[in-house]
Amino acid sequence: MNDMRIVKRDVDMNDIKISAKDVQVYYGDTHAIKDVNVEIKDKTVTAFIGPSGCGKSTFLRCLNRMNDTIDICRVTGKIEIEGEDIYDKRVDPVQLRAKVGMVFQKPNPFPKSIYDNIAYGPRIHGLARSKADLDDIVEKSLRRGAIWNEVKDRLHAPGTGLSGGQQQRLCIARAIATEPEVLLMDEPCSALDPIATAQVEELIDELRENFSVVIVTHSMQQAARVSQKTAFFHLGNLVEYGETGQIFTNPQDPRTESYITGRIG
Amino acid sequence: MPALWLFITVLVLGLAGFILGRARVMKDADGDIRKLHSLPNYYGSNVMLSAIIPSLGLLVLWLIVQPMIIQANVASHIPTENYADSGALNLLMSDVRRVADGLDIAVSQGALTPHAAQNLTGTDDVRGILGRLGVALGTDVEDDILTAAQEYRIKSNIGGWIMTVAVIAAAILGFAMALKVTNKDHRARNSVEKVVLALLIGAASLAVLTTVGIVFSLIFNTIEFFKLYPAADFFFGTTWAPSFGGGSELGILPLFWGTFYISIISLLVAVPIGLFAAVYLSEYAGPKTRGIAKPLLEVLAGIPTIVYGLFALLTVGPLLVGMFGKDGSFGVNWMQGGSAVITAGLVMGVMLIPFISSLSDDIINSVPQSMRDGSLGLGATKSETIKQVILPAALPGIVGAILLAASRAIGETMIVVLGAGAAARLSMNPFEAMTTVTTRIVSQLTGDADFSSPEALVAFALGMTLFVITLCLNIVALVIVRKYREQYD
Repeated sequence: MNDMRIVKRDVDMNDIKISAKDVQVYYGDTHAIKDVNVEIKDKTVTAFIGPSGCGKSTFLRCLNRMNDTIDICRVTGKIEIEGEDIYDKRVDPVQLRAKVGMVFQKPNPFPKSIYDNIAYGPRIHGLARSKADLDDIVEKSLRRGAIWNEVKDRLHAPGTGLSGGQQQRLCIARAIATEPEVLLMDEPCSALDPIATAQVEELIDELRENFSVVIVTHSMQQAARVSQKTAFFHLGNLVEYGETGQIFTNPQDPRTESYITGRIG
Repeated sequence: MPALWLFITVLVLGLAGFILGRARVMKDADGDIRKLHSLPNYYGSNVMLSAIIPSLGLLVLWLIVQPMIIQANVASHIPTENYADSGALNLLMSDVRRVADGLDIAVSQGALTPHAAQNLTGTDDVRGILGRLGVALGTDVEDDILTAAQEYRIKSNIGGWIMTVAVIAAAILGFAMALKVTNKDHRARNSVEKVVLALLIGAASLAVLTTVGIVFSLIFNTIEFFKLYPAADFFFGTTWAPSFGGGSELGILPLFWGTFYISIISLLVAVPIGLFAAVYLSEYAGPKTRGIAKPLLEVLAGIPTIVYGLFALLTVGPLLVGMFGKDGSFGVNWMQGGSAVITAGLVMGVMLIPFISSLSDDIINSVPQSMRDGSLGLGATKSETIKQVILPAALPGIVGAILLAASRAIGETMIVVLGAGAAARLSMNPFEAMTTVTTRIVSQLTGDADFSSPEALVAFALGMTLFVITLCLNIVALVIVRKYREQYD
């Protein structure tokens, strides 16, 4: 743990972006998430840490209703994004997901060209009025995804032909292209080598300027490096939530302490 | 000794070998299985197999080779002026065999003494004698045929005895040699497993060899046909008018057009319906619906095509005539009879639906879930995801499925026999009767034509053409499907 660069970060008094109250998630008979209350701030990187199976990915997927695609999954409680209940009947999950982008554990570029991968979201949401507009969005997204220089000469080559790290940055660029307000990342670096991980982490730090980023990670070093706020999940409970520096240096709950010192998990 | 008895003798020897081999090794190991290299049954099997395999192999070889040698030998007794070519000689030789077999039967039933049978001459009423025994001969038996038949009998008889001795000797030799090496350190399992391996390889190669055999039989007859009929006229002729009196016009184009046209219509029916069904089953249907609907759809694939043919002939044809025919509900008088391209095409399309839907369903299901998540996570709707991500990702596989269905459509026979009519014509009108390559193969070979005439041999040329086309389609389909598989594994 001594290689962690825990620096005091200036967490301003940002607005609350997402607030979850008494969230319960059931997979069939399994109670996967129990009474989770959390408030996630805007323009902040929030990390979810915890041992495997603790529910952090499940909770993340609640935030853009990706769990709707799983038949046996049931969510109760209230999750609000900017004061709007996303589980309200009037909310269309499709519109919600355009607002809350997601990057997955395994890079999953579509079997299309790099250009079409990025243009996919803007096209279906009608964000571009002309071809030039779309070209603009693609270039801007690829630049923000920190991959423009590597792919600008082969925009029409298949996205599946890139390396793993490039694919993941492509997927991040693809998620940003739809101009979401929140970016959810489900272990975005677990399939990447250290160099690609460093690039993606740097990227996450830059994304903080424009988005609220929630990242699930297995690596505590990563959580410490990229996040301002950290939530520790254990067995479906949110055990502790607070500023990253505090969680890692002065945890309040004994379970958090055991986990970050490597005794459980 | 007849081959059947010989076979049983060898089997009995083998069984004895099994028991003896097992007993011998158990004695060698003082009854302690742990001292053996292999389990006791392997030692028994080893002795049994070494007794059976070489001797039965010899038996089979002998049964194949002996008649060929004897036939070549006996054929020299028939004067060359009696036959014109090898085909006529074959006919004469089959007469010789019938007479020889008939005489054998006569002797075994006591109608003739062995001595009398040997001394028959052409003046005796051989045909009458054999006819009373149930062996019918086409003509009176001539002298040289009779001589040849006698010769045939003698040689077969001698050959049979040598075979019996040789086969039993081989069995005993194998038996003895295997038993001799049977001791507790002998690696019996390894040799038995080698035999099993050979068996498996044999089974695998049989299918391949059969294909090769089919291709060769087609090729030889096709070459024969092209000697009698110019290939250019066959491939580019626009008239199909076989007449068994000679002077036929055998152009493949009208038949090929019929095949092509009917296949196209069937695919136009089957591809959209099958594909939509596959999308519904794999993306929208719940597990319960899917569990019921998919097997039901696949039942369609199990219906024999002749039943589809009946359906075309009795139901769909009249129904279409009722709509498009004279005094039909559309009042258009386009259709003269129930047999038409459209009838066969529609019914064949129904037949192909389960093919396309089942294969495409599997392919769509094999598109990784991460693709769906990725698209849904960007705010795409389910239908946008299917249209823009899943179907493009599955497209190579779907194309493969369609090509496989197309090769089925091209090779389909019974539906077109009953549904499409028999007139060979080049026309664009789907309400007219047309005919296909497959139905013409049936009618050319089931007619009364001389087998060496171009009218009959054309069937092989047609079959060869069809084979090449479907083979190409299948290869293309397999290549596409394989390429697709590599993408995600």
